[in-house]
Amino acid sequence: MSKKLKAAIIGPGNIGTDLLIKMFRSEWIEPVWMVGIDPTSDGLKRAEEMGIKTTSEGVDGLLPHVIEDDIRVAFDATSAYVHAENSRKLNELGVIMVDLTPAAIGPYCVPPVNLKQHAKELEMNVNMVTCGGQATIPMVAAVSQVQDVEYGEIIATVSSRSAGPGTRKNIDEFTRTTAGAVEKVGGADKGKAIIIINPAEPPLIMRDTVHCLTKDTPDEAAITESVHNMIKEVQKYVPGYRLVNGPVFDGNRVSVFLEVEGLGDYLPKYAGNLDIMTAAGLRTAEMFAEEAAAGTIELPARG
Amino acid sequence: MNLKDKKVVLHDMSLRDGMHAKRHQITVDQMVDIATGLDEAGMPLIEVTHGDGLGGTSVNYGFPAHSDEEYLGAVIPKMKNAKVSALLLPGIGTVDHLRMAKDLGVSTIRVATHCTEADVSEQHIGLAAKLEMDTVGFLMMAHMATPEQIIEQAKLMESYGANCIYCTDSAGYMLPDEVTQKIGALRAELNPNTEIGFHGHHNMGMAIANSLAAVEAGAVRIDGSVAGLGAGAGNTPLEVFVAVLDRMGADHGIDLYKIMDVAEDRVVPMMDQPIRVDRDALTLGYAGVYSSFLLFAKRAEAKYGIQARDLLVELGRRGTVGGQEDMIEDLALTMAKEKGLI
Repeated sequence: MSKKLKAAIIGPGNIGTDLLIKMFRSEWIEPVWMVGIDPTSDGLKRAEEMGIKTTSEGVDGLLPHVIEDDIRVAFDATSAYVHAENSRKLNELGVIMVDLTPAAIGPYCVPPVNLKQHAKELEMNVNMVTCGGQATIPMVAAVSQVQDVEYGEIIATVSSRSAGPGTRKNIDEFTRTTAGAVEKVGGADKGKAIIIINPAEPPLIMRDTVHCLTKDTPDEAAITESVHNMIKEVQKYVPGYRLVNGPVFDGNRVSVFLEVEGLGDYLPKYAGNLDIMTAAGLRTAEMFAEEAAAGTIELPARG
Repeated sequence: MNLKDKKVVLHDMSLRDGMHAKRHQITVDQMVDIATGLDEAGMPLIEVTHGDGLGGTSVNYGFPAHSDEEYLGAVIPKMKNAKVSALLLPGIGTVDHLRMAKDLGVSTIRVATHCTEADVSEQHIGLAAKLEMDTVGFLMMAHMATPEQIIEQAKLMESYGANCIYCTDSAGYMLPDEVTQKIGALRAELNPNTEIGFHGHHNMGMAIANSLAAVEAGAVRIDGSVAGLGAGAGNTPLEVFVAVLDRMGADHGIDLYKIMDVAEDRVVPMMDQPIRVDRDALTLGYAGVYSSFLLFAKRAEAKYGIQARDLLVELGRRGTVGGQEDMIEDLALTMAKEKGLI
């Protein structure tokens, strides 16, 4: 029997398609279904051409096949508005939900920081925060693992072309969710998030800056080592995650300047902000699969 | 140019844009002192916020001496006639800040986006309009877009509920012909009930000339700053602009001597440095770079030994936009490494 967990992707847009391409390479996750709501959409056609099953009847179109196709994990790349219902219906059937929307019903998941814990506890719904959160929270955590961080601030700059209508329409959700996760996952006492959209052509690669204010004088050597180690952890699933400058120390300020280049699977390489979301989402599901194969967690029973 | 009897509504920026020039360290007493002076001089609108708008308090832009709540709470009750506005940049501030400002008595909300990214303002403009506030869409760095793009973006803001649209020369890059063209295009294409505004910076020495061009082309609201206190080489110096409008017979409603006195007696004495077109401020205008980058670039020069001018020119070449202050230190580090300085 294959150790791979079978998966469904909900939302055949840019994110869903990029995720599908990454999933074909995975040793742990096997894509089986792509779920959409528009039978004429390009995304569903693309998925069909790539050889996976599709439905245009939304999650309800997938439900009758969950048990017979042994779907164990679903990725929701739709919107915060429909996520709660999608999650409820699939969780009932024992499907683990990886939430790529800003709905955040379940706990925040930033793979190198807290994924292992979520997998061990078999969280049935994990939220992938935001693109800016995935890119920066590992750095906040790298500092807070060394010493107390009283304040963590992140600035994410994305190209105009990679900022979709959902992000634009509800940009406050980005700042709130990211700031909250800088605290809850990053370990800062107080978090702040800023997003800038830059229209330059050719489009700029995602840039992220992380400022931490430590309670006591920063231990420069320990923080520098922790930051470099964390960069390597993120690079395991996002090879284009790079430290451009820093860590810089100025009084109790620690600053790190990053660049995130995507793999260019379906999304262009400059859209590292989208790539890091799909890569982190997939990495999350893989960890659940690894833990299940190792016998440390037991997936919900099926008759 | 004939501006006789033309109505011009002036809007003072010294307590918001001026925060950049003061590293956001204006005291509450200074704010109240300047605002009451402006109120007595007849200034109809005064902006009070962190330099980067509501919620701008940060490592990236600077921590202010006091919170937005403290400044607004101190200034608004002291105003006899003047109304107080607040700036909000989506991506930095949120609708929560907007509600706080409204509760404190702010009457005008100005929602600012980069000139090609107006669609991030829908939530904020929509809420301000729903709360029946004077709602302004503020298109920053307007030199970076064509008149057609500016119109398209302005129409988005208008559709969300803005009753006034600004063409904002954040870099002090524009020359009068460009102002005439862009303001004229907005006046021709927007709803006749939508007011048009212009916000200038003096980096190329054009703030007065550009503001006059804007009025002639159909702008009713003009931003400026008493004694020019603002980012870069400052905003359109209001006491000078009032004197010019006076000579031209425009209808501005300001007491010239009183505003001169506010400039001379209250604002100039608290300046940390003269607000003038020094080589770095001139470079902002010349290279088309966001004016509040000025002091950050000077600090990076002092810390890393890379000329502020070189940093600003490169930031302009990269198409850096408002809010990307983090890229100044980043670039200084990269250039210092290349030169073997660190």
